[in-house]
Amino acid sequence: MAEGLCLRNVAIRQGAIPLLTVEASIPPGEVLTLMGPSGSGKSTLLAWIMGALPAGFSATGAVRLEERDLAGLPPEARKIGILYQDPLLFPHLDVAANLAFGLPRDRARGRARATLVEDALAQIALKGYGPRDPATLSGGQAARVALMRVLLSEPRALLLDEPFAKLDAALRGQVRDLVFARARAAGVPILLVTHDAADAEAAGGRVIRIGD
Amino acid sequence: MLRPLPLLTTLILAGTVLLGLIGTVLPAIGLGPTGRGLSLDAFHAVFDWPGLPRALLVAVLSGVGSTIGALAIATLILAGWHGTASFRWLERLLSPLLAVPHAAAALGLAFLIAPSGWLMRLPATALGWETAPDILILQDPWGLSLMAGLIAKEMPFLMLMMLAALPQVAEGPRMAVARSLGQGRVAGWLKAVFPGLYAQVRLPVMVVLVYGMTNVDVATILGPNTPPPLAVQVTRWMTDPDLAQRAVAAAGALILLGAVVTTLIAWLVGERVIAWLGRAWVWSGRCAPPGLRVVGWGLGVVSALAVLAGIAALAIWSVAARWRFPDPLPEALTARSWMRHGPEIADVTLLTLAIAAIATAVSLILVIGCLEAEHRHGVTASQRGLWLLYLPLLIPQIAFLPGLQLAPLVLGVPPLAAVIFAHVVFVLPYVFLSLSGPFRAWDSRIARAAAGLGAAPDRVLWRLRLPMLLAPVLTAAAVGLAVSVGQYLPTLLLGGGRISTLTTEAVALAAGGDRRAIGAWGLGQTGAALLPFALALLLPAIAFRNRRGLRHG
Repeated sequence: MAEGLCLRNVAIRQGAIPLLTVEASIPPGEVLTLMGPSGSGKSTLLAWIMGALPAGFSATGAVRLEERDLAGLPPEARKIGILYQDPLLFPHLDVAANLAFGLPRDRARGRARATLVEDALAQIALKGYGPRDPATLSGGQAARVALMRVLLSEPRALLLDEPFAKLDAALRGQVRDLVFARARAAGVPILLVTHDAADAEAAGGRVIRIGD
Repeated sequence: MLRPLPLLTTLILAGTVLLGLIGTVLPAIGLGPTGRGLSLDAFHAVFDWPGLPRALLVAVLSGVGSTIGALAIATLILAGWHGTASFRWLERLLSPLLAVPHAAAALGLAFLIAPSGWLMRLPATALGWETAPDILILQDPWGLSLMAGLIAKEMPFLMLMMLAALPQVAEGPRMAVARSLGQGRVAGWLKAVFPGLYAQVRLPVMVVLVYGMTNVDVATILGPNTPPPLAVQVTRWMTDPDLAQRAVAAAGALILLGAVVTTLIAWLVGERVIAWLGRAWVWSGRCAPPGLRVVGWGLGVVSALAVLAGIAALAIWSVAARWRFPDPLPEALTARSWMRHGPEIADVTLLTLAIAAIATAVSLILVIGCLEAEHRHGVTASQRGLWLLYLPLLIPQIAFLPGLQLAPLVLGVPPLAAVIFAHVVFVLPYVFLSLSGPFRAWDSRIARAAAGLGAAPDRVLWRLRLPMLLAPVLTAAAVGLAVSVGQYLPTLLLGGGRISTLTTEAVALAAGGDRRAIGAWGLGQTGAALLPFALALLLPAIAFRNRRGLRHG
């Protein structure tokens, strides 16, 4: 496998207790879903892939992204984006500055950044929302901004940590379709963890069950 | 019985400050018992003092400079290292410094950086200098050594205040997002965590700013002499045997208060400017300059070691026999200084601790009463309540204590009682800040379960809540004792010169050159403030040795 995200012989432990083992590779543009109950170590696995394994856990195995071994790299150098249950928009910045936060400097500088951010807002049907306080956005709007913020940072892989769990049923399908469509269009490997079978079905890719 | 306590506490804090301010304004404009009719003579006298511009400038420089320095170092340490093993090590190094009284830290630092001090002895020994270099490091005219001393002492305070506020700003998730978006550790922290955190510690930052501009004890020891910072000059006028100088002192205090208010407004404007620059930085997508992480760590370690080495220098001087200039250590050790000063130090320590114990006990009763009233009657402390708590810390001591100086005489209160009352005004806010968090976080389902078993609220308080909160109550008591031990101006002004504590004695000795006496008194002062903290850690560990659920709490 030349491209994509590869997990080789990965095992996560809490102290001496084994939590989960994974062996998988995700080609660009495809989704792999990890299904399992809470406490099965799914989120810990994502934290480890991000490069921020919480204290008390240990992990073995290798993560490779586009042939790069990620071992020892700090989180900011891994080029892996993540979406959580909460949109986690920075409350002290307006919507536009949230989007500009991760926009790489080699993509755009100075005024060009503002133009890119405006375009991005228009793409998620939030044209003119740039100066807004993130706290005034609805749940669906905030989720879209969080998605666009990750995409603007040009990640080479995308992790989804139950990103739809807190949205109400009507919104859920909408946001889910948007996230998968956008992420596939970006052509990056996507790793979704969830305990909701509907998410797994909507993702449409391979499903691995853990902790059963 | 509990209901009137919040009001009483409010009166003690706000009433004292207001009465004191009135008592300062009246003599300054020629009114009051010692006045001779409305006039601005006192202000003219201050404006005629040739040292005024420099005295004000040094006050502003040392206040603003020390606040920016302490805040910057604390911020860089947290940004670069929070959550690492190195951080926990540094935290352990810095925590005890919080309890070291300002005066003792300043005296120790003076021993370190004086031309004949410990630092200069190293190159002197290496290069074979016979005499100390003739340069003015200590008490330099621009107050740089004063600024350095204040930074070393206030940085741990600001860092621990920020550490306490961190759980409220979701540091973990924000950092995970910021770093996954390609921001480095320091840049991500400064962009995503700091703005929210700063909003939480704004009041403590202002306390540091006001203290830096107006303190008397550190400024007497480390600050310039001719002219001294304005607060020191006001104290000199205040303690002048010529009573007419009291009016001049009051006018000087009001001018300093005006400078403080102006500086605070400028600080608020500065906050806006920094916020604007910060947003531009976020927009630019730039990372942080390289090396910030190491610089923060280095400055943190240096400032911690400076205070610790200063205390060590005090300790060694207190037992030094002959100790000539370039020698790094004394020729021999002797107990002579302690034999000479020991008995007096013991007496004064007893009085110091008695004042501290009473002031802390009164504060604890009021604070626990207020918190329990809040719990039982739902009298919640609003943001306004917090400002009130900070009032005695935000209004400079030098601005309202002079106005209270005559109160004990007028009311017929003995000086000792007046001193204890003044200490309560400054001890209570710290006791409240220390205890309110754990008190409010106590699981109130236990109270409901106990009520279901037939326990009245008082029994719940005495038999359940306070015993379970033994560790935080003792910590709050230790904080209160340390604050009281460190008070200089309240003791000096309200004691009318008749009450001597370890702090007033140590500061008074600073002007003379007896290093052995300064060492012994400074060490005594440090011990009196640190010992309660050791007990506060030890007692719960002993009391709860068989109660796993109450340890580490």
